[in-house]
Amino acid sequence: MADLSVNICGIKSPNPFWLASAPPTNTGEQVMRGFDAGWGGAVWKTLGEPIVNVDSRFGAIDYSGTKVIGFNNIELITDRPLDANFKEIYEVKKRYPDNVVIASLMVETKEEWQEIIKRSVDAGADGLELNFGCPHGMCERGMGSAVAEEPKVLAEITSWAKEFSNVPVFVKLSPNVMDIRDPGLAAVSGGCDGISLINTIKSIIGVDLDTLVPKPSVGRESTNGGYCGPAIKPIALHMLAVLGRDPKINVPISGIGGISTWQDAAEFIALGATTIQVCTAVMHYGYRIVDDMIDGFNNYLDNKGMHSANELIGKAIPGFVEWGELDLNYDIIAKIDEDKCIGCGLCYVACLDGAHQCIHTRKGPCNAWHGDPDHGFGPRTEVMPPVWHNGGEPAMNHVPFVDEKECIGCNLCMLVCPVPDCINMVEVSHSGGKESWKDRTTNGSS
Amino acid sequence: MSNKSSPQYGLPPDRLESQFSDYKPLYTEAEALIEANRCLNCYDAPCISACPTGIDIPAFIKKIATGNIIGSAKVIFEANMLGYSTGRVCPVEELCVGACVYNDLNSSPIQIGRLQRYATKKAMEIEENTGKKLFPRNKRKSEKKVALIGAGPASLACAAYLALDGVEAVIFEKDVLPGGLNTTAVAPYKIQTEDSITEVNWILQHGIELKTKVEIGKDISLDQLIDEYNAVFIGIGLGAGRHLELGANNNPAVFSATNLIRKIKNDPDFSLPNDLNTVLIIGGGNTAIDISRELAMLGVKDVRLLYRRSRQEMPGYEHEMVEASRYGVRLVENVTPLEIIRNGEKIKSLKVKSTISNDIFDFPCDWVVEAVGQLKHVFDISPDIEVDEMGRLVVDSKSFRTTNPKVYAGGDCINGGKEVVNAAQDGREAAFDMLKSWGISPSLHGENYFKSFTSIFVQEMTKEENIKNG
Repeated sequence: MADLSVNICGIKSPNPFWLASAPPTNTGEQVMRGFDAGWGGAVWKTLGEPIVNVDSRFGAIDYSGTKVIGFNNIELITDRPLDANFKEIYEVKKRYPDNVVIASLMVETKEEWQEIIKRSVDAGADGLELNFGCPHGMCERGMGSAVAEEPKVLAEITSWAKEFSNVPVFVKLSPNVMDIRDPGLAAVSGGCDGISLINTIKSIIGVDLDTLVPKPSVGRESTNGGYCGPAIKPIALHMLAVLGRDPKINVPISGIGGISTWQDAAEFIALGATTIQVCTAVMHYGYRIVDDMIDGFNNYLDNKGMHSANELIGKAIPGFVEWGELDLNYDIIAKIDEDKCIGCGLCYVACLDGAHQCIHTRKGPCNAWHGDPDHGFGPRTEVMPPVWHNGGEPAMNHVPFVDEKECIGCNLCMLVCPVPDCINMVEVSHSGGKESWKDRTTNGSS
Repeated sequence: MSNKSSPQYGLPPDRLESQFSDYKPLYTEAEALIEANRCLNCYDAPCISACPTGIDIPAFIKKIATGNIIGSAKVIFEANMLGYSTGRVCPVEELCVGACVYNDLNSSPIQIGRLQRYATKKAMEIEENTGKKLFPRNKRKSEKKVALIGAGPASLACAAYLALDGVEAVIFEKDVLPGGLNTTAVAPYKIQTEDSITEVNWILQHGIELKTKVEIGKDISLDQLIDEYNAVFIGIGLGAGRHLELGANNNPAVFSATNLIRKIKNDPDFSLPNDLNTVLIIGGGNTAIDISRELAMLGVKDVRLLYRRSRQEMPGYEHEMVEASRYGVRLVENVTPLEIIRNGEKIKSLKVKSTISNDIFDFPCDWVVEAVGQLKHVFDISPDIEVDEMGRLVVDSKSFRTTNPKVYAGGDCINGGKEVVNAAQDGREAAFDMLKSWGISPSLHGENYFKSFTSIFVQEMTKEENIKNG
């Protein structure tokens, strides 16, 4: 069993898995049930001057029958009185002293920041998270992501918070910017202790094709919301890694964005997150998902021979380089396992229409033209003989084959193949060492 | 498409058939979406090749998944106007579903038949509710007219594709009820008469005339049809059930299977006697299995299927035998019937001989049902129409023309007894050949673009190669 406990900005957490500031952390009762389920920490639903929410707040996209691959919301910050929230924070910390409670905050004036920070610290919050990320509703009032878009304002409010707080201050960043380094560096220059990212992405989740009103429809209208859920993970990973590898971002990061499983969490941690935060997956399946996150992450660390979650932090960052540093001599080709192939033809059509026409069927001459002058501009006439399985039975003539000379190693066939481990990309031995675009341009041989 | 029975055919509601429930009920929308989304959408999918009518199955399933029911049903009907009934009666385990790639993953294959039933049924409902036709009547009227003999699947399919291109199609049916085997023979847990008739009516409303109770050779001669019409299509199926010589042929407790099934399905006055305990069925084909299962489902306690060879050699489908066994049908292998022993008018037992040991056994029974094939139809087919030694009409395998070029044929009367879907395909091919020969390009071709592209391409390439090779 590896040690899953982490220390972020001096805050000790029993594990890196936190509940993000969102509906699952709306009340003390919820947060305590989350802790009972195994969550190491919780970032409280953002506190500020209580607002009024609308009905019909959430929307989702499904894909091929899979529900909620992406999710969006137009819910605002807490709609409960601040007194009740602070009383509950106090109660939770009293009952769960080992779990982390972070107060997420969003107010306008310096006086309001001073007041709300004081009350948060007094209630026992282990840290503060300044919500500069919310991209809907609050930003129209000059808060949330409106702040992240103005690095100077962001830095200034951060410095106020640091001035008023004696607990660590995290700045939660919005992805709705051209370059995440701008708000990131501003937060650091404002003196923050840590960064949380990403908040949700400005979005319209869909349009109701019967009423022709965007979703989620509030009567006959809708508004832009914040997009989250499994589909945004790649965007979050990128922003995390950009900050993670930047030497000027010298503060710990709490990673957020589409995390549903221990694998997702491990990827965030490997790209530099010390803790991770989850919302959508909990909204979908409940607090119980943390059980496998802890268990699976533990087993993963054991298998990797790592004794602590800390050992994984940032391990994948050195592998994240500019395109110009990639090895142009790296050569892989697709190999189809004929015994596993079920003959669905998806690799064939993907390569034919979407890649480089290197996969052929055995049904007859291939009807793909090869534009490459080496092949002439015409069809291939070669008909491959049928394949035989090892046992001597003929494989289906649907089993396609890869023209290994033509294969450019793009991965597309492997990605679309529905059979686990049927198509693998295999490295081809090649002479000559690594040579990148940068090497070539430096050597003047481009 | 409504389920109300069609009064014009005088079909009373309380027939024995109505006691059966649907063994693969119509999917709900949720069930259909879940199943449709499971489809991998294979390229050049094996299910398509396994379908005698070549329906673009992944295409129609994808359209169900996107909520495009009308588009889905059109894909089906363009290839098979009997898409609704074939979705229910096709032996899909042997055809499309059996070819699904999921079988190779040891996962449950896509339930293509049920999805096809869902799409066609829902589209017919939408059509009825909105009044918007899936296939509006073709404005173009051709001068041509075609007579079709027999109102079974082959003629219905042929007539439909003709009517859609403005050809006058008239179907002559000697029976009261149209629909052929879908109406009279398919197991009631697959499809019942009302549903078959409703499908027939749906097909007919594309501009087909149906004349029932007209028998060719009696009421009107084939030669007269040949004279009066531009073409004639023969889709008469097979004849009455064959009887074995067991010495009790006219006994009311001895049935031919097709006859008995028809009574269960269509005859309102037919019911099983209360003291019916043991029924022996002789045969090993799908009809034998069907009637065994039907009797067992109707409550006959002891139903035994007697087959002269082993289970592995039975021509009936294994999956059907498995289902029949679930209802208590017992199979007796390797026996051949010798004689029905009577006690006065009543049947006492069936004497059988083991085909392995030659031992003689006596099986007590109440009824004997013979499911040993059907006789060919006999009527005054013109001498210029060739019939093979098995009694099947000889046709050209592409055009479905008989040896008289004005006469086409399809379905069981040319193949000796296959599936509804084969008949539907024969009828369609014959219709297309007629249309092409009259210079009418079929408005529904049902072949997908890529297939035609590939075949044209391969032809061109072969041409090029020939040139190259001198």
